[in-house]
Amino acid sequence: MASPDDLKFQEFEEAEDLLSSNPGASTLSISSSNPAAAAAPSGEVRLDLSDDEENQQESSELLGGEKKTGGFWTFEYYQSFFNVDTVQVLDRIKGSVMPLPGRNFIKHHIRSNPDLYGPFWICVTLVFSLAISGNLSTFLSEMGNPEYHYRPQFHRVSIAAVTVFLYAWLVPLGVWGFLTWRQSVERQINGYTFLETVCVYGYSLFIYIPTSVLWTIPFNWLQWLLIVVAMVISGSVLVITFWPAVRDDTKLTAFATVAVIVALHALLAVGCKLYFFHTAEDTRSPHPGQHITPASNHTTALKT
Amino acid sequence: MVVSHLNRTVTSLNELFEHHAHFAGLSDISISEDIPVEGDISVPVGSQNADNDFSTLDEPVKDTILRDLRAVGQKFVHVMYPKKSSALLRDWDLWGPLLLCVTLALMLQGGSADSEEDGRPQFAEVFVIIWFGSVIITLNSKLLGGTISFFQSLCVLGYCILPLTVAMIVCRIVLLGGSGVVSFAVRLIVVTASFSWSTFASTAFLADSQPTNRKALVVYPVFLFYFVIGWMILTFSPSH
Repeated sequence: MASPDDLKFQEFEEAEDLLSSNPGASTLSISSSNPAAAAAPSGEVRLDLSDDEENQQESSELLGGEKKTGGFWTFEYYQSFFNVDTVQVLDRIKGSVMPLPGRNFIKHHIRSNPDLYGPFWICVTLVFSLAISGNLSTFLSEMGNPEYHYRPQFHRVSIAAVTVFLYAWLVPLGVWGFLTWRQSVERQINGYTFLETVCVYGYSLFIYIPTSVLWTIPFNWLQWLLIVVAMVISGSVLVITFWPAVRDDTKLTAFATVAVIVALHALLAVGCKLYFFHTAEDTRSPHPGQHITPASNHTTALKT
Repeated sequence: MVVSHLNRTVTSLNELFEHHAHFAGLSDISISEDIPVEGDISVPVGSQNADNDFSTLDEPVKDTILRDLRAVGQKFVHVMYPKKSSALLRDWDLWGPLLLCVTLALMLQGGSADSEEDGRPQFAEVFVIIWFGSVIITLNSKLLGGTISFFQSLCVLGYCILPLTVAMIVCRIVLLGGSGVVSFAVRLIVVTASFSWSTFASTAFLADSQPTNRKALVVYPVFLFYFVIGWMILTFSPSH
């Protein structure tokens, strides 16, 4: 059995020896006095935790980087993108409809756990809500017309799907590519990964789902008001997210990037509204025989 | 050869008893080596019956078809009265979903001549939505960490389309009587009831295989799937 003498704290000298032999090692200093001295005076205790590069690299990977489990041909790789709970998804959706100026969506909500569940199912829901609401609004706007025969207009689902999914995947690809290129040219450090960009865009489309349902109300001014409100909310989420990434660039590039992002978003909203939803001008005329107004001609031309 | 084995066993048993003679009372027991132990071990290697229990090659075709039909019918009953049974999951098959999907897609056709401007879903669109939708929902539940297998989930989702198919039949019958507001209200009620029945039935089977904090994430796509199918049924209008 050990004698009482052996229970003395004997690593003191060992730590000093290690530290003097390798002064560049990272050390953890427990005392509150001067932590930067290379030689340990008698009041401090230093524990030498790591004296090689591997440990430092490992800890930085765990703290900040992405964990890539397996190659892209394994199932676990894709499972790592669905590592979210119900509460987290709801929290991210709430963050996308309530943009606050200080809260960067990526830094605050995603926090290096980007998921593909939210963007994918929000896009699918948006596709069907656009098609169904568009069909409903066509039906409501043509209800007074005795010659109208109801059609499900199911081909609109395919068109809506192509549009929404192209927007949700190609535009983030472009934005990410542009930001990465500027990052390499201008040597900034505020970049986002591709998945985080897709995540932001996917969640920012959520506001269009209730907007598309409300677009069935056949008042023109209401529809345009809804577009403006949705654009403001959704656009500000995107602007707040991407502004910190470009503000270190030249003024022209920064403003141009943000303007392009907002313009594309507006284009999606207005395009969907004009294509899928007939305005109320078609039915404003009281004479059933005169309901072919120039506005409806214009929208039918758009429909083909 | 068997006898010599037994002899050796007897000898070793005797040695065992001698070595452990301190077991009181047992030292009296010893098997004498004089008495030969004989026996006869025979394995019936003779002729087997031609049709074993496991070979179904020789049964009449009617039996084969009826067995599969009975399995499908039993699963239909399980869907209509969803209790917590594992029959659907244990013996999955895809005959039922295929039958239901083809029936639904055919009934959504209506046989109209001017099908281009009608805008109703084509056969291929219905088929793709049902099967592709089921595959995507299954992949979604597996990616979220579900323990159900791929084909079991396809089986459950396909069989739970049964209430919607029944609703489709009812809608077509109602539409024979006219397509006014009353018939629309009746169809709306029938489709809503059957859509919630389908969602409830499939959730009863699928929800157990998910971790508890992700149940809603798995149930929502199922809800969306049956909602879209219900929409297709509700908006079916006959051509004239």
